[in-house]
Amino acid sequence: MKDSSGTLLTLALQFSLLSFLAIGGAITALPEMHRQAVDVYHWMTSTQFAQLVAIAQAAPGPNVLIVTLIGQQVAGIPGALVATVCMCGPACAVAFQTARAFHQFKQSRWAIVLQAGLIPVSVGLVGATALIVARSADEGWPTLLITAATFAITHWTRISPLWALGAATLIGLSGLV
Amino acid sequence: MTEHVLAPPPTIVVPTTTDLFLGFFQIAISGFGGVLAWARRVIVQECKWMTADEFNELFALCQFLPGPNIVNFSLIYGSRIRGPAGATAAVLGLMGPPTALMILLGSLYSRYGALPQSRGALAGLAAAAAGLLISTAVSMAEPLARKGIGNVLIAAVAFVAVGVLQWPLLGVLAVLVPLSIARAWRRS
Repeated sequence: MKDSSGTLLTLALQFSLLSFLAIGGAITALPEMHRQAVDVYHWMTSTQFAQLVAIAQAAPGPNVLIVTLIGQQVAGIPGALVATVCMCGPACAVAFQTARAFHQFKQSRWAIVLQAGLIPVSVGLVGATALIVARSADEGWPTLLITAATFAITHWTRISPLWALGAATLIGLSGLV
Repeated sequence: MTEHVLAPPPTIVVPTTTDLFLGFFQIAISGFGGVLAWARRVIVQECKWMTADEFNELFALCQFLPGPNIVNFSLIYGSRIRGPAGATAAVLGLMGPPTALMILLGSLYSRYGALPQSRGALAGLAAAAAGLLISTAVSMAEPLARKGIGNVLIAAVAFVAVGVLQWPLLGVLAVLVPLSIARAWRRS
């Protein structure tokens, strides 16, 4: 990897910027991560991206750790650490300073306005995330059925989604998809 | 019965730096598919570091600050309780072990991900993860739909621009966020 420092710098810049755009959670920035990793920099295919998202969802820990996996696929362990620190560091530093000024956040009018204004945008972005992952993951009828079944189980029953993830992995392992 | 009567009323416990590390470590490793539910359970119910109201207030603040919500939460809470050492302990507890686990999983993926068996398993897992994400999106959209057509329109524009047309996020947010906040301001 002769251009590894250049790649690390790209990772650092992209994820530092992205950390400020993740409104209402890291999951809202997934479509942009997909665009960068697949379309702009050609670090991976759309299918690989969906698989990394799936691994991050199945493993314990905050959602933001998807960036660790992306960074690692691009530039090994240094890439994983750079992506993780840059996705958390700069934006959290700003958040930390802001939090000191807002001890009584919930009561202020601005808080209510910000919340009311940002929620519809982040809902749309989570929907975009779901669409992009589904389009990359569902390559035929068997995978479409798994997606539909997992949605139904998660949305209309109290069964833990972990069972659905485990069952789907086994179905895939048995060669049915 | 007597013990129940004599039990002290629920009081707030002030965690030490070690408690902060261990508490956020527990939240991180229990939190499959996001950690909010576990954060509430560990911090409010098990450790009694905050009341439910205090938790909601701080979490609401973290949601509207830039950066990953739960990382903001651990940083701000750790620092309010124990200064820089507390902030460091809380963030390391939350992020350290899961990051190490992710790197391990990532190495396995790099090494074995292309094998035929793994490809099948990963295809199944990814399809299920997509279903999980759709469920998250629908649960978020349902309450929004009850708040009027304007909110739904803004969400739909964000969805189409970023999800269908795959436009860059920065441009979409630069237009949509001021518009949506201005609309909320007029209605408040």
